[in-house]
Order: sequence, then structure tokens, then C-alpha cells
Amino acid sequence: MGGREATMVLMDENGKRCDGRTVDEPRRIMIKAGGLKNADGSSYIEFGDNKILVGVFGPRDVHPKHMSDTDTGILRVRYHMEPFSVGERKNPAPSRREIEISKVIKEALEPAVMLEKFPRTAVDVFIEVLQADGGTRCAALTAASVALADAGIPMRDMVAAIAAGKVADTVILDVNNEEDQAGQADMPIGYMPNLEKITLLQLDGVLTPEEYKKCVQVGVDGCKLVYELQKKALNDKYFGNKGD
Amino acid sequence: MASHTVIDELKRNQILELLEQGKRVDGRSLDEPREVSIETNAIPKANGSARVRLGDTEVVCGVKIQPDRPFPDTGDKGLFICTAELLPLSHPTVETGPPGPEVIELARVVDRGIRESHMIDVSQLVIEKDKSVIGVFADNVVVDYDGNLFDACSYAATAALLSSKSPKWNWVDDAPTLVEGEEVDVPITTIPVSVTMAKIGKHIIVDPNGDEWASMDARITITSDSNGNICALQKGGDDGFTQDEIVQCGEISVRVGAKIREKLKEAQQGGQ
Repeated sequence: MGGREATMVLMDENGKRCDGRTVDEPRRIMIKAGGLKNADGSSYIEFGDNKILVGVFGPRDVHPKHMSDTDTGILRVRYHMEPFSVGERKNPAPSRREIEISKVIKEALEPAVMLEKFPRTAVDVFIEVLQADGGTRCAALTAASVALADAGIPMRDMVAAIAAGKVADTVILDVNNEEDQAGQADMPIGYMPNLEKITLLQLDGVLTPEEYKKCVQVGVDGCKLVYELQKKALNDKYFGNKGD
Repeated sequence: MASHTVIDELKRNQILELLEQGKRVDGRSLDEPREVSIETNAIPKANGSARVRLGDTEVVCGVKIQPDRPFPDTGDKGLFICTAELLPLSHPTVETGPPGPEVIELARVVDRGIRESHMIDVSQLVIEKDKSVIGVFADNVVVDYDGNLFDACSYAATAALLSSKSPKWNWVDDAPTLVEGEEVDVPITTIPVSVTMAKIGKHIIVDPNGDEWASMDARITITSDSNGNICALQKGGDDGFTQDEIVQCGEISVRVGAKIREKLKEAQQGGQ
């Protein structure tokens, strides 16, 4: 969202990044399954400084009716950023960027959800970005998978997501806001580890064919890390032996 | 184009059956794009233009170049903006009104491919720092639909930009002032080419036509630059790709892209 002066050191001589991480180290990730009372399923994720809440409803009746499909259920996804989630107040109306991200997240989730089991119904996924700090679409997709599972909707796999990228001519894992704006490339990846399928993939920035291959590899490996945290979140909610 | 009919289902079966034998409905090989025809300077009132046919998909792109205010945080850079729109005459199901998610995605992906390749050197488009810069606007309109609008719009915009000549402005009395009768080249650094591939069953095909587009499980659009580097990518559709397929698609896009880049260069030279 606009170039910033590239005075920041993105990678120091010891291979440490601007926030102190190593090249293949993700930010702090905390995922919680559940949390909302009214939603059929929900989740909350903190991914570095991103804070995102996801609520899932359905399968339920489709409104407007003409959107319903007699052969299969439909998935609807709304990705929305709060006006206070970014530095300068964001207009609350959905932007073109938000509409596109809603669409790519929907398409990333569709292969995972067994919609054919619920003809004429809709599953609605509402993603609310409370605070944004680079990589919201990956964090949102990760959280949305957990919320769908929390809603008890039959799934083939969960989609885990993280971005690979390139800063200071080095391929890195988990691109933060500074690296996104001043770095050379950003490649968000969504991956289903059990089915070994990539369901979300975007790229902006220039990569050589070798760097391209490496980015995909680094991203897929990162998704496998995120996947373990998704499973842990569900495990904690449904099989946790906490005293509360 | 989202409506799914019984005919679509039958067509999909036929397309899949043919693919199992390594064939496509229109006789192309799997990694063969349709014929691209490019007519540049189709709109003389624009600063650059192109009318591109990719098979039976047709797109007209006009480039307008005019002084504009810079964004507050990038006063030392000009603007480059690329849009895309489906006209109601392009297909019976297209309606007037605000663009839906498909069209918004189309415009953003086409814009991103050209922007991220740094085709236009926007740092050379400054009239007076922080006050006035040159804006380059490439507007695509789809006039006929037969699948793969991503590549058709991308080729049209690229061809139109390559054919563009910019008027010249000087900073006089605190305002950009047109220098009459002078034209300058638009600062071009590379020629980006997008290649869109569809996955149908387990087959990957280049440049899906309308029927193939309606039958596909997933798609991927990869843009490469003149150096053979990959500069933008977008996956779409309801299915996924394996890691090997993603790498394979990267290789196809660079190889097929190089051939189409030659066509764009020919069109540029022919138009001058």
C-alpha cells in the first residue's frame, strides 16, 4: 500500500531480519478455536501483529434464494477490514482489494469443504480483520479453516497458509508488513498438507525460476508448521484437559 | 458466465475424454495458445492503443497519458493504472452495472502483472516532485468472449503501452504546461507476458477457450518478464495444484511467454 522510504535494513550482516527473525522463522502464531457464542463455528488468530476473528454460519438456507444450487451447497466468504485496523482510517465499505481477497480465500477453501453433502444450502464465512500487519490473507485463510472445522462442517483437509517472499536477495518465510512494502517479492501460499494440494497462490515481485521453485518449497514447508498449530487449536478446544 | 447448464456438463465430459487421449476440442496441443492477432494504433485519439484477438476473445485497450497529482507518499513517481471491463455486447450473460468479483479480479490481476514487472519506469514520469506527475492509464474493454480474458487483456494492455507516445509537459507558473507538437517515448523497461493455464481433471492446458474455461477445475496465471523471471502469479478456481504442477506451470509460462513476447515486439515494430 504505497512504497515507503527503503532506509530500513531488511537483513543485517548476521542474517537477522528487521524484526529479529531468521530467514525461515515465522512470526508468533496463536490460534484459538471457538470463542463466539452465536456463530456455528469460530476462531481467533494472532499472527505476529495481525489479529483476526472468523465466524462461520451454516449449512443454512440461502438468501437470496436464487443463489442456491440444487446439486451442492455454496460457500460464501467475506473478508473485511475494520476502519481502525490500519494506520490511516480505512473506509468501511468493501474495497476492490477486499473483494478480490474474499474471492481467493473462498476458492482456497472450496476444495477442502464437502459442500456436495448439503445441496441448496450456504456456508457463510465472515472474516473480520481487527488489526492488520502484513499477511492478513494467509492468517485469515488459516483461521477460516479452523472455524469451519469448529462448526463441524465435513472437510477433506484443512488449508494452512503462510507467505514466502524475497528480501535483500534472500528467500524468506512469513513476510511482515515492512518486508512486504520494501521487499522484492511476496508469495502467499495456501496448502492442504494431507491432500498435498496448493489451493491459494499469488505472487507479486520478480523471482528467477530457481527462486520461484525455492519460494514454493519454503512456503509449503511453512504451511506444514501452521497446520500443526491449527490441529493443536482444535485439540485444545475439544480434547483439552484444562480445568475450566 | 457462471451459469452451469446440462450442456456444460456434456461439454466437460467431451473435453475430458479428449484430454485423456492428449487432444483438445479445437485441435491444439496442450501447451499451445490460440492464434494472437494484434492491431496497434486502432484508436488514434488515444496515446496508444491495441485491438487484440486471442482466438475468438477480443479486447480493445486504449492508453491515455495525462498530468495527475501523485499519491501523497510517492511524490517522486508517476502513476500507472490498468483497468478491465466486460461490455454487455461481449456475451449474453454480461449485464450492465457495477463489476462483480470476477471482473474486479480480472482487472487487478492484469494490472498487477504489468505493474510488478516494472514495465513502465514510473520514476521517469515526474513533472514536478510532490506536485505533478504523469499518469498512464490503460483501459481494457472486452468486446467478444471466448475464455481467458486474463491473457487477452494483458496482451492488449502491453501492446497498447508499447505503441504509446507521450505528450510532453513542462512545469511553468506552478502548473503542468503542454509543450505543443512534441512527443516522447514512454519509459519501457521490459515486456511482461502473462500465460494462463487451466487444470481439467489432472491435465494442464495453456490458454483455455470458452468451453474449456467453463469446464476447468482450477486455473493459474503467471506473468514473466523479458529476462525470463517470474513477476506475478494468481491461482484461481475451486481446486488446487500439487507442488510439482506449480513448478511445471512456471516453466510452461516462461517458455510460452517468450513466443508471445516476439509477437508483441513484431506488433510494436509494425505499428511504427
